[in-house]
Amino acid sequence: MTSKQHTAEHGTQLEQVNGFTNPGLPEHTPRLTDISPAAERTTERQIAGWFILSMIGTIWFIVSYFLFAPDETMASIQLQNMMFGLGATLALFGIGVGLVLWGKTLVSGTEVAEDRHPIEGNEEDQAVALEILNQAKDESGIARRPLLRNTLIAAVAIAPLPAILVFRDLGPLPGDKMFTTLWGPGVRLCQDPGGVPREDRFIRAEDVTIGSAVHVIPEGMHESEHPLDEKAKAAVLLMRIDPKELNTDPAKEDWGVDGIVAYSKICTHVGCPVALYEHQTHHLLCPCHQSTFDVTNHCEVIFGPAKRPLPQLPIAVDSEGYLVAQRDFPEPVGPTFWEINTRETSEQ
Amino acid sequence: MSTTQPTTAVGKAALFTENRVGASRLVKEFGRKIFPHHWSFMLGEVALYSFVILVLTGTFLTFWFKPAMGHTIYEGPFVPLQGVEMSEAYASTLAISFEIRGGLFIRQMHHWAALLFMAALSIHAMRIFFTGAFRRPREVNWLVGIVLIVLGMGAGFTGYSLPDDLLSGNGLRIIDGILKAIPLVGTYISFFVFGGEFPGVDIVSRLYSLHIMVVPALLIAVIAVHLIFVVYHKHTQWPGAGHTEKNVVGEPVLPTFAAKAGGFFFMIFGLLALLSGFFTTNPVWNYGPYDPSPVSAGTQPDWYIGWMDGFLRIIPGWTEFYIFGYPISFNIFSSVLVAGLLFGGLAIWPFVEAWLTKDYREHHILDRPRNNPTRTAVGAAGVVWYLNMWAAASGDLMAVFFHMSLNDMIYIFRVLFFLGPVIAYIVTKRVCLALQRKDREIILHGRESGQIIRLPHGEFQERHKPLNEDRLWSLASFESPQYIPAEPGPDGKISKIEKRRAKLARFFYEDRVAPVTKSELEAAHHDHGEVEQSRKDELTGSQQ
Repeated sequence: MTSKQHTAEHGTQLEQVNGFTNPGLPEHTPRLTDISPAAERTTERQIAGWFILSMIGTIWFIVSYFLFAPDETMASIQLQNMMFGLGATLALFGIGVGLVLWGKTLVSGTEVAEDRHPIEGNEEDQAVALEILNQAKDESGIARRPLLRNTLIAAVAIAPLPAILVFRDLGPLPGDKMFTTLWGPGVRLCQDPGGVPREDRFIRAEDVTIGSAVHVIPEGMHESEHPLDEKAKAAVLLMRIDPKELNTDPAKEDWGVDGIVAYSKICTHVGCPVALYEHQTHHLLCPCHQSTFDVTNHCEVIFGPAKRPLPQLPIAVDSEGYLVAQRDFPEPVGPTFWEINTRETSEQ
Repeated sequence: MSTTQPTTAVGKAALFTENRVGASRLVKEFGRKIFPHHWSFMLGEVALYSFVILVLTGTFLTFWFKPAMGHTIYEGPFVPLQGVEMSEAYASTLAISFEIRGGLFIRQMHHWAALLFMAALSIHAMRIFFTGAFRRPREVNWLVGIVLIVLGMGAGFTGYSLPDDLLSGNGLRIIDGILKAIPLVGTYISFFVFGGEFPGVDIVSRLYSLHIMVVPALLIAVIAVHLIFVVYHKHTQWPGAGHTEKNVVGEPVLPTFAAKAGGFFFMIFGLLALLSGFFTTNPVWNYGPYDPSPVSAGTQPDWYIGWMDGFLRIIPGWTEFYIFGYPISFNIFSSVLVAGLLFGGLAIWPFVEAWLTKDYREHHILDRPRNNPTRTAVGAAGVVWYLNMWAAASGDLMAVFFHMSLNDMIYIFRVLFFLGPVIAYIVTKRVCLALQRKDREIILHGRESGQIIRLPHGEFQERHKPLNEDRLWSLASFESPQYIPAEPGPDGKISKIEKRRAKLARFFYEDRVAPVTKSELEAAHHDHGEVEQSRKDELTGSQQ
């Protein structure tokens, strides 16, 4: 009863929806902690317990800093990380649970109603605001002086233009960089050493057995100015397939050596390395978006979001028996870009 | 000004503050501000608290992280990478993980908090959508929330690319591919973003200033706007006894809400500590430094970027075509269009819904999702559309797990991209209508009492008891949107756009379960009463 009167005082308005009348806020049902001093004391001790657990957690964090000081092994680092985690979890969760328990059990649980105010200002507010704006308009003369207004707008509008010039040096213009790689006539194919810089290891044609695949970079890449930029264009996958299985385009007859073929490893979709070679089917699969290329058909796309085949690197064997490029890629590598058909790639 | 001079230290400090900043007005205004309590109102809090933790842990990381791409040879304690060439960014990430004590813990907490932040934002947005909390006067705050999601994705992406590891480097490579596919200016944009050719030596430091300055500053500003709106509009509330459109019922900030929310912050913090201590996330040391040639199978981005990556996997290659030799790479930049579609759709929905139902009134009482079957169905369709793309980003892993062909997997995702939302719309709408019928049943015939009676002719029946008035109000006090036929405008003619509105509204709102009215309920009770009475006559004395 009392709570309903209380509610009415707070201005709750009864409402009707579909003919039903809002029954008003229900009476507050007391919690166990509201009526039983014993329960209240128990809860108080429980909450304090959570706070004490938190303190233990903090101390444990500090202790484990010294107790589990890592040597340089992964296991010791992991152990200390775990102990930090344990300490921090207890420290933070203890405070959290204690506070929430406090809020839920000991702090008054009576629901209170608060009136909403209209979102918009009242008529007087609106009138005053309008008056202020009109006054500002009159005093500044912005409506009466179109010359000032328009020149101001124009001045502000073009003021950011110099920023375009300033930001111009964010990068160089593409130039012919999209059309050239480190490959060229006589550049030897080298095994990709991975992350460890090493002497170039050239590849002899006879060392490439049927069924094998080699990750290849151009000779001298590590001495170039930006090896990663070069690698991002020049990475090649070399495979040897029984020549009988290859459907070679007569125009590209001499681009391989006895079934050894080299293709750009950079996907023509969005540029991930097409690194998965399926030996049975001679398919190349891009692990990022699953574009699939058929090596036996000049790496045509047979599935997935890529459109263009992987460019083939024409190769030959030099006088010392090493695999070399005949020329640069005949078409641009990597993702499609607007100017892709605007020029021939260099013949050298 | 107080009439008595304070004697305690707290009192003196309070007076000092009061005389300089007028804190009493603040306390008076906000101290007893009411927050309704319901678990679904805590999702936004989770997002807010994870953001606070992101700022704290992120600041720690900046003390050691070196946002530079200069090459170094690793000589740190992590044996598998010793002697490997890498960027300073990657090397310093390894140092934070293995040489700064507690560094691994904080790094993991930063990453886990980011994952949780985006998850909480997404689920919070779904809560707002499905309960209609975006309706007037909150449409603008809904738009602000969408901006927050986009900024959150930006913060996440710029952040996880910083360590310059193999996985995130491939992510950047994909961004490079998408940039280059932009018609006309793509190549130039890519060169400007990367400071030349991909990967170049500038991108990490550029992402760094975005990640630690620009994006967080925007996030903080937009979060502030979001919260100011929440305070100004006051919180929405569920239908319930005593809850009206003109009040807000709940707990006052001081002390109840403050205690609970403060505790909840520490619980979220504790949860993240638990995850960071015991579960590895983003182990960049396993991936190795970025190198454009290798990539690991099963590569995928952080979960909240997954849907866009998934879309890149399911779009077929023939969507790239050439006009006079110039490429339109729809198979690439359409991932951006898809994002535009999702966020654009979310942004216009409040206005579309108001237009369709001609409901431009203020709403502070939430809809139970079933009571607006159309909105719930549209939302479910959107969620299914999103989740299908999201799942597609793991299509390769699923194919391995289920021993399926990878290609079949992608065909399934392609079909579901179109079919999934339609099925979800139809099913959800029917389920909502069925649930509404169930509610009608409960209102009209009462709740099950568990008392079985047997009629003289042998039939068993369960006795139903009427609902109490509070429960009745919670279930029955809703408005059901309905189809409004085309109406003439002020000029007495039905405009073309109004005809179109009516057509759409008819499709969306024609099927509906009318809410129970008081008179209906009385009629039902009347009938029921008669039956009960006659039964009583038949069963004299047999009732318990």
